[in-house]
Amino acid sequence: MKDLLKSLRYTLLALVASLLVGAIIIVITDVDALKSGDFGKAFSTVFNAYKSLFQGSFWGVRSISNTIAGTTPLLLSGLAVSIAFKGGLFNIGATGQMLAGGMTSLWVGFAFDGPGWLQVPLAVAAGAIGGAIFGGIAGLLKARTGAHEVITTIMLNSIASFLVLWLLKTTLFQREGRPDPISKPISEASRLPRLFGFLDGRVDLVAHAGFIVALLATLFYWWLLKRTTVGFELRATGLNSDAAKYAGMKTKSLMVIAMLFAGGFAGMAGATEVLGTYGYASTSLAGNIGFDAIAVALLGQSSPIGTLVSALLFGALQAGGRSMQANTDVPVDLIIVLRALIVMFVAAPLLVKAMFRVKSQVVSQGQTFRGWGG
Amino acid sequence: MKLELRGITKRFPGVVANDDVNLSISTGEVLALVGENGAGKSTLMNVLYGLYKADEGEILIDDSVVRFTSPADAISAGIGMVHQHFMLVPVFTVAENVVLGIEPTKRFGALDIDKARQLVREVSDRYNLDLDPDAIVEDLPVGVRQRVEIVKVLMRDAKIVVFDEPTAVLTPSEIIEFFSIVRTLIASGKGVVFITHKLKEALTIADRINVLRRGKVAGAADPKTATEAQIAEMMVGRAVQLTVNKKPATPGDAVLNVQNLSVVDPDGRKVVDDISFVVHAGEIVGVAGVQGNGQTELVETLSGLRRLNSGQITLDGKDVTHSSPRDLHTSGMGHIPEDRQLQGLVTGMSITENLVLTRYHDGMFSDGVKMKWPKAKEIAKELVANYDIRTSDPEQLASTLSGGNQQKVIVARELSRDIRLVLAAQPTRGIDVGSIEYIHEQIVKERDSGTAVLIVSTELDEVMALSDRVLVMYRGKIVAELDPKKVSHMDVGLYMAGSRPTESAGAKS
Repeated sequence: MKDLLKSLRYTLLALVASLLVGAIIIVITDVDALKSGDFGKAFSTVFNAYKSLFQGSFWGVRSISNTIAGTTPLLLSGLAVSIAFKGGLFNIGATGQMLAGGMTSLWVGFAFDGPGWLQVPLAVAAGAIGGAIFGGIAGLLKARTGAHEVITTIMLNSIASFLVLWLLKTTLFQREGRPDPISKPISEASRLPRLFGFLDGRVDLVAHAGFIVALLATLFYWWLLKRTTVGFELRATGLNSDAAKYAGMKTKSLMVIAMLFAGGFAGMAGATEVLGTYGYASTSLAGNIGFDAIAVALLGQSSPIGTLVSALLFGALQAGGRSMQANTDVPVDLIIVLRALIVMFVAAPLLVKAMFRVKSQVVSQGQTFRGWGG
Repeated sequence: MKLELRGITKRFPGVVANDDVNLSISTGEVLALVGENGAGKSTLMNVLYGLYKADEGEILIDDSVVRFTSPADAISAGIGMVHQHFMLVPVFTVAENVVLGIEPTKRFGALDIDKARQLVREVSDRYNLDLDPDAIVEDLPVGVRQRVEIVKVLMRDAKIVVFDEPTAVLTPSEIIEFFSIVRTLIASGKGVVFITHKLKEALTIADRINVLRRGKVAGAADPKTATEAQIAEMMVGRAVQLTVNKKPATPGDAVLNVQNLSVVDPDGRKVVDDISFVVHAGEIVGVAGVQGNGQTELVETLSGLRRLNSGQITLDGKDVTHSSPRDLHTSGMGHIPEDRQLQGLVTGMSITENLVLTRYHDGMFSDGVKMKWPKAKEIAKELVANYDIRTSDPEQLASTLSGGNQQKVIVARELSRDIRLVLAAQPTRGIDVGSIEYIHEQIVKERDSGTAVLIVSTELDEVMALSDRVLVMYRGKIVAELDPKKVSHMDVGLYMAGSRPTESAGAKS
């Protein structure tokens, strides 16, 4: 608990620090204000930008819905990176695993015509399995041949995106009458229910039950790490694989297991995007989520609660950023800068410490994973 | 030249590494700085060498204050340091290594290797170091590499030379050679600071002994009159048992039986060469040897972490030649590994988690899927109490413990299991005297309860004190089997160096 508060404090300070730097960026890119030397105007630009950033992420049901919708895939794919970190692996392949899971859940979603209570869980499970198999490949390659997971997962990302492109042009997946790679829509019963469906007619409330899936997955991740024998083995291997070997753990199998779970989480992220957000699949299904997931996991130090909090933060920034762009002259790209700054400040706790003169001897430990020698 | 440290205080987050330390050393004398690991010896020397800045206090040379902000300042003031871990480029020649950083050059900046050679020869001759400037460093034995380091320091005109644990890596005969080098240095007007935790050596070579304890100067001793026990008491702060109290062994049946074991490392070198031995229930067999003579590989093979090339191993009559570490654990082997940070512990996990690291899969702690943490915590509490592990809370990370207490965690975990054999590699390396005493007691207690014990240690004193039988390993072979009560340290030292005492007293083979 103490550790949690400590890491939350650093995250919060990092957020404040990056908002400060972001403000400077807003001011120096506001050419008109600089020319006229009107700093009152510059100040009000910053104020309005941050105001609509905040309003767009938390103010009102629509903003909250947007935040939740943005958080869902980030959280699931963040877990995919986190669990790999815990097992001592650097999973850059959340994108590929998301695509794989998205496609398997898509197939269940349109190929079967069951009732919703069966279709939805089945399609989500299919996504988890599809992603797990795809993630497992990288684990198996590492365990069998020692091929570094950073390389293999990056390569598998490319394989996945071209595979999806090809699949979407096959008659099995491609929507009839469409020349471009767009899939058939999933059946209405397979759609993840809207979270705010009870508010009639509000089509703009896009948050869906995928968020609940993600929360359950986070809970599962916590349970797996802290309560199970496999979780104990994973953590031991991730922290010190020599000690794990000495203790009789099968570190190679554990690599595969870590990547199976990682792929499973990412696969569910793909599934919830297909089943909740889009209702079909396209090549842009995974977007940048798989890479943002790395930042989410790093920021959350791979802990269940940390990953949840940082996914929420990134989801909120994403939702707020869009509203900021719509309401002010500040472009949504600032969000990318802010996110990068947050990660940088978290990665450099000493810098934040110095900036805010935090009187604490213990600097948060940061993320550990094995380097190229591993 | 006279060097003086006055009131040096150096604080690190949470600890005061040096607390108002006063020290002086003049050319022409050997000062031994003794203290346990963590007493602040290295910190003090790093302050002196300009690597750390002291929070308080000053450094004086010939009674005037100097300030060192980097090792370069210290070197130009005439201070040289020979580190415990040598700073040499293995693929370079001696001459190349020695001039690294102060290369003599010809025109256009080309390295003048002839000049370098000549310099090495000069220094080497003047101090009787017997170095070949053209030898490649990686081909040289450790003792010779140390002399390369010494030449490096001397060529930079050091007047005071600091040796940090210089004998840790040397064979007994190399230590004697090292001492004669130190005497030559003194005779030619240098001053030597000798950092060590080996009291016998401090008494042999030093003119004065200063003892550090918990960052403070605990006292000074005169090597002519002081005894080991007195200095040890100063180091620890209480009277310590330097010898191990044990009854004669009553060996029972063979527990570990190793026949014709050979291990080849990935480079194709035969690191363990046709070894056979037996360890019986109720006896302690010690394996002595200088580091790097195959002991590490032997232990790894016996514990299932390394594949053997030929031979057979049986544990309690059961063939375990190709068993996994897990199988060996369940067949009754307790293993205290050589490196506690690297293998023995997951320091990023709690003490409780570390206490179940080798038996978490046991029905007592796991139902196959879920861990039974309440049970593990209960057992951890017991072990912490029974094995004197000093911590306020077993849920703290293992990294918060001192080295001695970390080692006790491993000892507690391994000895508290139901075991027939203990495999202990360097069981007391780098830990405080109090913990050494305690761990030795536990190992003897385990022997007395009928467990077979195999100790592998490069500390000859430890092997001699604990073992009922001593095997000496040299270049992968067992070259002698000795009775520690009948053989002198010196003779064992000769076996360790690959030679044979003229009169093989007490040797059975």
